[in-house]
Amino acid sequence: MAVQVEHIKSIPYFAGLSSAELESIKSLVFEVEAERGKLLLLEGEPSESLYFVVSGAVKVFKTSADGKEQILQIMRPGEAFNEVPVFDGGLNLATAQAMGPVVIYGIKKENLETILRNHSKVALNAIRVLSQKLRHVVSLVEDLSFRHVNARVAKILLEYASDGSGDRQRLTQQEMAAMAGTAREMIGRSLKDLMDEGIIRLERHRIVIADKEALKKMAGMVA
Amino acid sequence: MRMAEAPIVCPVIYQDKCNGCGLCVSVCNCNSLILIQNVIVYIEASQCGWCTQCEAVCPTGAICCPFEIVFEGN
Repeated sequence: MAVQVEHIKSIPYFAGLSSAELESIKSLVFEVEAERGKLLLLEGEPSESLYFVVSGAVKVFKTSADGKEQILQIMRPGEAFNEVPVFDGGLNLATAQAMGPVVIYGIKKENLETILRNHSKVALNAIRVLSQKLRHVVSLVEDLSFRHVNARVAKILLEYASDGSGDRQRLTQQEMAAMAGTAREMIGRSLKDLMDEGIIRLERHRIVIADKEALKKMAGMVA
Repeated sequence: MRMAEAPIVCPVIYQDKCNGCGLCVSVCNCNSLILIQNVIVYIEASQCGWCTQCEAVCPTGAICCPFEIVFEGN
């Protein structure tokens, strides 16, 4: 499918531009379609384009040396990814993967520079978008470095675990995140950590606490 | 005598919150979801592997995958 102005218009980077400006930008935009699971960017590799999600969702994540995945953000339609290497000329900071069939628009670095020089509104929009992203990343840094999210997740699991009597309360990862005062991405990672340590097990819609004492210890509930 | 089968637990859908964007359908690994008249519904709930991707991508909180938390043996 050809690049459409309607889609470009819905991207925050291009908010407030006239139809004529959008038309001129359209000629510098290319489209990429990808299937579920396709890696769109690889961490540590060079890349020369800024991308925008048009349809579908893209997972942006980093992988540790031992294979642990930390999701930085899930990008939805209208959202951009890969700004950092495009603006600072370095390597990709993270890997980007299609979570399902996706359509994305791309703009090559040199063309983006032309757009920024010719349309000051785009530059201002870019600063706004980058500031929002910085806010999100700083909050993740805070979680990763200062807060013991695993301990709080352990405590929540113990508090909400059923002993088999009465109604069984159910919690979403979003609710656990709200309770722990963290991002949903951190809950997924915490549950994975607890699984890796054999403390819990996931059985479809059930979290089974396999080692209650270890979970209590993690929650700081034992001396 | 045949034992009654346990009901299949499904993701919870709040149709009033659904904006019909279809992101959940696009990320569903097991083709358990479809949009009908621009509102999300599930089909083949038994296929759902509870990957929670639908919940993760939903911008309006219209679908969620709650976990029951139990101690081993209960």
